[in-house]
Amino acid sequence: MALITPFQEAAALVREAGGLELDQCYQCGLCTGSCPWNLVREFPVRKLIHQAQLGVIDFEAEYTWLCTTCRSCVQCCPRGVDIIDIMKAMRRVVAETGVSKVPDSLWLAVSNIAGSGNPLGQPAGQRGDWATPPTKKAKTDSGILYFPCCIPAYEPRLKKVAQATARILEAAGVDYKILPEVENCCGESVRKSGHENLFQSLAQKNMQAFSNAGINKIIVNSPHCYDTFKKEYTELGAEFKVIHIVQYLSQLIDEGKLKFSTEVKKKVTYHDSCYLARHNGIYDEPRHVLESIPGIEIVEMPDIKENTLCCGGGGGRIWMDTKKNERFSDLRLQQAKNVNAEVLALSCPYCMLNFEDSLIDFQGAVSMEIKDIVELVCEGIA
Amino acid sequence: MDDDIKIGVYVCHCGHNIADVIDVEDVAQRARKSGNVSVSRDYVYMCSSKGQNLIKQDIMQLGINRVVVAACSPRLYEQTFQNVLRESGLNPYLLQIANVREQCAWVHEAGLQATEKANRLVHGAIRRVSHHSPVEEQSVPVFPATLVIGGGIAGIQAALEIANSRHVVYLVEREPSIGGHMAQFDKTFPTLDCSACILTPKMNEVSRNPYIRLMTYSEVTDVSGYVGNFAVKVKRKARYIDEDKCVGCGICQEKCPWSTASEFDAGLGMRKAVYTPFPQAIPNIPVIDRERCVYFLKGKCRACEKVCEAQAINFEQEDMYIDLQVGSIIVATGFDVFDPTPIVQYGYGRLPNVFTSLEFERLCSPSGPTGGQLKLVSGRTPESVAIIHCVGSRDKNYNAYCSRVCCMHSLKYSHLFKEKTGGEVYQLYIDMRCAGKAYEEFYERVQGEHVHFIRGKLASIAAGVTDAEEDNLILTCEDTLLGNLINISVDMVVLCVALEPRHDTEQLSHILRLGRSHDGFFLERHPKLDPVATMSEGIFVVGCCQGPKDIPDTVAQASAASARALAMISKGKMEMGAITASVDEVVCSGCKVCNALCPYSAIFFDEISNVSRVNQVLCKGCNVCGAACPSGAISTRNFSTIQILAEIEGVLA
Repeated sequence: MALITPFQEAAALVREAGGLELDQCYQCGLCTGSCPWNLVREFPVRKLIHQAQLGVIDFEAEYTWLCTTCRSCVQCCPRGVDIIDIMKAMRRVVAETGVSKVPDSLWLAVSNIAGSGNPLGQPAGQRGDWATPPTKKAKTDSGILYFPCCIPAYEPRLKKVAQATARILEAAGVDYKILPEVENCCGESVRKSGHENLFQSLAQKNMQAFSNAGINKIIVNSPHCYDTFKKEYTELGAEFKVIHIVQYLSQLIDEGKLKFSTEVKKKVTYHDSCYLARHNGIYDEPRHVLESIPGIEIVEMPDIKENTLCCGGGGGRIWMDTKKNERFSDLRLQQAKNVNAEVLALSCPYCMLNFEDSLIDFQGAVSMEIKDIVELVCEGIA
Repeated sequence: MDDDIKIGVYVCHCGHNIADVIDVEDVAQRARKSGNVSVSRDYVYMCSSKGQNLIKQDIMQLGINRVVVAACSPRLYEQTFQNVLRESGLNPYLLQIANVREQCAWVHEAGLQATEKANRLVHGAIRRVSHHSPVEEQSVPVFPATLVIGGGIAGIQAALEIANSRHVVYLVEREPSIGGHMAQFDKTFPTLDCSACILTPKMNEVSRNPYIRLMTYSEVTDVSGYVGNFAVKVKRKARYIDEDKCVGCGICQEKCPWSTASEFDAGLGMRKAVYTPFPQAIPNIPVIDRERCVYFLKGKCRACEKVCEAQAINFEQEDMYIDLQVGSIIVATGFDVFDPTPIVQYGYGRLPNVFTSLEFERLCSPSGPTGGQLKLVSGRTPESVAIIHCVGSRDKNYNAYCSRVCCMHSLKYSHLFKEKTGGEVYQLYIDMRCAGKAYEEFYERVQGEHVHFIRGKLASIAAGVTDAEEDNLILTCEDTLLGNLINISVDMVVLCVALEPRHDTEQLSHILRLGRSHDGFFLERHPKLDPVATMSEGIFVVGCCQGPKDIPDTVAQASAASARALAMISKGKMEMGAITASVDEVVCSGCKVCNALCPYSAIFFDEISNVSRVNQVLCKGCNVCGAACPSGAISTRNFSTIQILAEIEGVLA
């Protein structure tokens, strides 16, 4: 058996990097048992925490980069340990001290964000190209900002989601603006992957830009932007309100500002994203929106609401390669198929990327439409 | 300064506690220079007999008539030093303690500044004690009857202890019978005695003892008064059975056509609308459950009335309120069990054959719904069981505390399961806590019965999916010792659920003016040195209403509380604190600000004189009223304005 010696300096590094609750863990293993990775491969969460407690951390291990920050373990941890903070702290030690290497694909995304403000490495000047014809709304005095997230701004499939969002907002007569010239990536996956300094600089730039534009309310498509603006920017002193598009649509429907005219005759199942449902308790609003679209029949999968099954894209994982047979989105798509859904409805750009990939993985064995809720709403008001 | 005042100052080293941080000799020397100080000494342990004798000698020989002790908190040693004064012929309130340990040595680093602060605290005490004058102590008579609330093993034990010394006890129980949770258990750990066999004799004793006034199906609704003389209101719920006529033949229960889930069987069995909860019930008199009786619901039936030869059924009965006078109150209201339904991953209420610990007790019990045979819902005998520890305990999402009894009853369940079925047993534990006499030995014995111990918290339970696994439950958990995720297939799961405060603890805490700890249980006066008393004088808490505990600890606490109640009765009176508030009726404007603020409800308003008055027995001398009084009409003995100002001047001088 290998002989190891506790190395308190390493444990101290993790604590300093934000893993403050490390010492509260009593090693019951519920985190391992509730982690979705263990449905597809080994990920010994409890053991990693114990290694961190003793300072015998293998920073070079692949494990450092696995956590999707889905919060499944944090939600049930009997000692209330924020395991995501510990995982983030371990990554931060790697990123800041260089004791090991940040995975190449993640490094590329982070460098792209640092260089051009988006993870895809697209030119910053093209951030507003999704809005065709160019929306005039940018010139209004409105304090409401629509912030589409980098992926809907650039990625061809997701651009449709941004365009659908704009169409709905205009149909409902919402006076809003967009700020593609000055906005940057919110920095969510940057921080989750341990690059604290870059996150701080992105946050300051965005907060300044929003403030200059007189923004007091931000509408977002991505639950990741939502969580980051709402919790982390607020901690840094931001004063604007943030609302996810499904919440906003739910309000518009209740206020009678959004009227449906077309039946969408489809059997739809809704996949709760981790950052809306588990991190922020938002799972009634998306269902309310879907129920309001005439013709839609909702069917539920087994793991829903705060017990949702992660798609695998959080915590920077969306930029890293996940082997075939290890993709949670494949399991989820199978669940959707088992309840005979025709449409898998989403409310998160990361989920969209992963499920579109999974659909390809299934090579025609599953025929299903993958749609964002805003796209279904758009069909209903057409 | 008054020439007659002779102050003695005594500075304690408290071993290293004070002397390592503060220059105690300097403090003693500087005190000597203050006016009216006749003698000043430092000593290694002032609280020791030798230390106390130093003070006594000075009082006797030097005529010291005021004493300042610079030592630890008055909470710990004020009484000790008051006794020194008392024994030396001085009024005990001519003492002032300067807390130079908690308020100085323990919160500062060694050095001149710490010593300076100690000097100032002592100086304040010297100036203050010059203004002290003798305070007379008061006492109240104790009415020699006791109220015990709750008829589980705690209440039964307390009632018997007191009644056996020939003093009246009122035992009030909410359910139709005494017995509590212990009556529901099958066996008791670690000896595996039959629970009913050791409890029933005590229950019978309660019914036979002439000094016990047993009131079942009754609740305490109001308590007023104070230690020695509480006025208690008890609601006796209508039984609709004449207790004097009923002979307990049971024919009414036999013939009653209406059934409902039995609370005593944890919902697994059925009982009638007219029922005694279990065969050994005390008293052996049924009640008619108005919520279930079809006569009360629809106006027709009265089958029981037709068959009762004793003519004991009385549908006209009404709830009655009874007033009692008692000197002390013992609270023994027990616990509720945690409902595991919110932990959806465990499937309780959704998956068949997932039981709680209390349900498992009933399944094992010969008087239970299966006659003591372990059966699955399908009727088949289970071949394997998983026993899950810490369900709702040691879990910040539910209850952060350890429920203390679950490790041990889990071991008991393992043994019972093996004995009854010979099947496989898996224990899913986090830490085995077997601290108690013969507990570790019981753990070892059960290990020897080939029980599988898996260290890990259960993540989820799923229903078996294939035909072969029909009826089975598939458990997922990390075996933290192997470092592997494991799947276990079993027939039955027992969730060892947390012991929680009774759902209506808050209501009772208002009636009795009792505090609660952060976990919701009743708060004891001191966790180590006064575990059965409460901050409400004359009210004691015993058993699981104070916190989860096993039967031996519960019985010990019940005996302890009854000794305290008996001591009060035997003495016949209760000494009260002399530090109480009083209202200067000339100054009082009758604004009533103090009335609502008093945490002990000690202030009442005299409508005729239009002034507030303080009940000297209830008052604890906290001086909240004095601080709030806009007219400055309220003063608390030994906390007069002049004394407080003198102390402040002394500190700042």
